[in-house]
Amino acid sequence: MLTLSQALLDQVLAHARRDHPDECCGVIAGKDGAATRVIPMENAERSPTGFSFESGEWLRVYRAVDDADEDLLAVYHSHTATEAYPSRTDVLWAQHNEFAHWLLVSTRSDDDEVRSYTISDGVVTEEPVEVV
Amino acid sequence: MSIEVRIPTILRTYTGGEKAVEAKGDTLAALIDDLDSRYAGIKGRLITEDGGLHRFVNIYVNDEDVRFLGALETPVKDGDSVTVLPAVAGG
Repeated sequence: MLTLSQALLDQVLAHARRDHPDECCGVIAGKDGAATRVIPMENAERSPTGFSFESGEWLRVYRAVDDADEDLLAVYHSHTATEAYPSRTDVLWAQHNEFAHWLLVSTRSDDDEVRSYTISDGVVTEEPVEVV
Repeated sequence: MSIEVRIPTILRTYTGGEKAVEAKGDTLAALIDDLDSRYAGIKGRLITEDGGLHRFVNIYVNDEDVRFLGALETPVKDGDSVTVLPAVAGG
């Protein structure tokens, strides 16, 4: 289960709308498993069908989270024309990443669609998003 | 000659859990060979079978992404710092 405040979730949704029709991406930092802040990142691909973290920004964010004794709880990104479900590309990359949670937003319609997953050894498991 | 190499969580299975290890070499390629001599298998996570830098990792020398330097031929020297991070992408 991914637990976060409405304010943090709103930041993710606003980022997804702002970057539409390109995909947005970013991380959610946490402490002791609880989300503490949303860090919007640049999508280096500037693409409607893919995302990647810009390497210099990613190093700075990784260090800042580590220096604050926080963890990288989740990675988030948007799909702009399809449902909020991990793509094959997402599953491939998840095997090489460290995120406990993959939060996906779809901006294909005006309705907010947000879902969370764990992706472990190529297996996608949906989990509840608990807004507190 | 010794260079600190910072290892991300996902690769610490190779370093016995160590966050940072020391390695030697004049280039990044030599440094990775030296790392692999003590942490067997880590090279395969950093370099492809074709001898290129793996797309699933970023390697930085003094905070510069080596893709913008000399890739595996990037020179390194005593006192430099090398950081390995998982690259993050998706579709």
